[in-house]
Amino acid sequence: MIMTRRKTLATGIGAMGAALFVPQLAMAATTEEAISAFTGGATPGEGDLTLTAPEIAENGNTVPIEVSAPGAESIIILAAGNPNPDVATFNFGPLAGEQSASTRIRLAKTQDVVAVAKMSDGSFIQAKQEVKVTIGGCGG
Amino acid sequence: MIARRHFLQASLATSALIGASGFGNWSRLAAQQTLSQDDLIGPDGSGNVTLIHITDIHAQTQPIWFREPEINLGVGDVAGLPPHLTGDAFRKAFGIEKGSAMDYALTYDDFVALAKTYGKMGGLDRISTVVKAIRADRPDALLLDGGDTWQGSLPALRSNGADMVKLFNALKTDAMTAHWEFTLGLDRVNEIIEGEFAGAFLGANIFDATWDEPAYEPMTMVERGGQQIAIIGQAFPYLPIANPSWLFPDLSFGVRQERMAAVVQEARDAGAAAVVVLSHNGFDVDRQMAANVPGIDVILTGHTHDAIPEPVMVGQTALIASGSHGKFVSRVDLDVQSDGVKAINHRLIPIFSDVITPDAEMTAMVDETRAPYADEMAEVVGRTSSLLYRRGNFNGTWDDLICNALISQREADIALSPGFRWGASLLPDQDITREDIFNVTAMSYPNAYRTEMSGEQLHLIMEDVADNLFNPDPYYQQGGDMVRVGGMGYRIDVSQPQGSRITDMTLLRDGTPIEPDKTYNVAGWASVNEGTEGPPIWEVVEAHIREQGDVSIDPNASVDVAAG
Repeated sequence: MIMTRRKTLATGIGAMGAALFVPQLAMAATTEEAISAFTGGATPGEGDLTLTAPEIAENGNTVPIEVSAPGAESIIILAAGNPNPDVATFNFGPLAGEQSASTRIRLAKTQDVVAVAKMSDGSFIQAKQEVKVTIGGCGG
Repeated sequence: MIARRHFLQASLATSALIGASGFGNWSRLAAQQTLSQDDLIGPDGSGNVTLIHITDIHAQTQPIWFREPEINLGVGDVAGLPPHLTGDAFRKAFGIEKGSAMDYALTYDDFVALAKTYGKMGGLDRISTVVKAIRADRPDALLLDGGDTWQGSLPALRSNGADMVKLFNALKTDAMTAHWEFTLGLDRVNEIIEGEFAGAFLGANIFDATWDEPAYEPMTMVERGGQQIAIIGQAFPYLPIANPSWLFPDLSFGVRQERMAAVVQEARDAGAAAVVVLSHNGFDVDRQMAANVPGIDVILTGHTHDAIPEPVMVGQTALIASGSHGKFVSRVDLDVQSDGVKAINHRLIPIFSDVITPDAEMTAMVDETRAPYADEMAEVVGRTSSLLYRRGNFNGTWDDLICNALISQREADIALSPGFRWGASLLPDQDITREDIFNVTAMSYPNAYRTEMSGEQLHLIMEDVADNLFNPDPYYQQGGDMVRVGGMGYRIDVSQPQGSRITDMTLLRDGTPIEPDKTYNVAGWASVNEGTEGPPIWEVVEAHIREQGDVSIDPNASVDVAAG
């Protein structure tokens, strides 16, 4: 077994660093509106934007997701099936070492998680993945 | 009386040979009734590296009957591809003669008649004989266990897996990955890994949920045949969903395809000339992972209990499926050079227990692990006049019996029994012992609950489970089979999306449609919820069988299947 941070902390010799982000709530009613507000009406294309999320959520209340888009100025994350689809907007300053971020989100039900990145040339790219929220219980 | 072993050997007509992975050969041999131990184990291997693969034995140390599925539907791109072939389609695809030994081992038809001809399969002492024979040819052969090893029998349940750990140490297991192992509880798993299991416990996709960092070793590198061989473990991706997550809190799993790609790259960077993934993903998930992750030479598949007589190639990756319950051992010979794998040969070795001589050392060790429970296990509870089996996408007679027990003993309208794929079969006109009951029920969250559910809730559950089995994207499939239902009939169209597959739900007692707003008494077992109350399922089943005396199960006609 690997010495995880959990174990290290449990034995009292740990030190930790944390990265912070500030959720930006635009309160858009639908995913389309939220994307449109973010892009100024432009339709996002495809590009080098990686959205990493589990195929099936182990716990819909805290689903780990990660976005990465080299050269992005900001990335917005939306949960298309939540009552309020806005999740977070990550802004990357010129000194950011890499344009990636991870967080945990709450998903009310099976739905698409959508990420849209604003690139430094003003273009927008999009990625999405379905995350299944299941009642489970019968694998074997 | 002539023992079956002698009978099968006595009729040896010609010195038949089996090719490296020969199909036509199997049917020819079987047609001639010329099975012998040497034929089964085969000639010396090729190449310079040998892998021995055992998976999903579910703690079955004894020879057993095990009927393969009659219905095993594939959806989307994998419809009609192995392992989604049964009966005639299976025989045709692999050139297996009807009524032959391999037909008995790999398909469901005429199971009772063929079982009487060819005998039980499996047995850890027979497996040990095969392993020793392979090692006599290739002393440094790697023994790799795909998991679901520590669960599925009364001795494994009572000893918290200690029996199987001891026996797999004796087989000199080099590495394993896991699924049901974690249902023993996280503390017990770690105790075994740290103090009892002598091999490597691998799981590249097992993470600490809070810190999102690896919790177990992802791989091991060994030198064989003068080359570095990487063995990467991949545990069952959906453990916290399909099994109770409270038994292994703070662990996260998932397919984690990017992680697998990173570990493969790490292995290559560290000089691996061959990369082997020891997987518990399930076959369709492995097939997709092989297509998406470059650089894997061999995936030793598990979880879905498929036995496929030859490798399934996905690009340059060979997928090996070695069955379950000790019925088969796979031998994989690789020719590995510094610039990669040059050739692969595979033999799916069927463990015909009447043909392969038990290894006396292992017999003694197995008997020792069983001794404390021998009397309890041997007690005859009743008798069956029907074939009892479990495998099949929608029902099995063992599950019908369990559902009948839940309805009668728990006074329910409807019974739900999980679509587990583990559990040995019983032939008609056989005693049912307590061991037999535990072979289909032994697990760590056995409480038989009774609860009220609305028709709407029932429909939601049916749709949810159906999507776990029939989602066209394999990464959204959990394996297992459809939840078994007693007291209720339904129609399923597997080609539909979630929410539209299940229709015509009917209460069988009076033929009335299930109404969304109406409340029904539902009994079931193996709930993933903590604190589930009720007697253990084996007590419920035993009480029912004792009341029945002789068990008879009518063919289940209450599921109407449309395959689209």
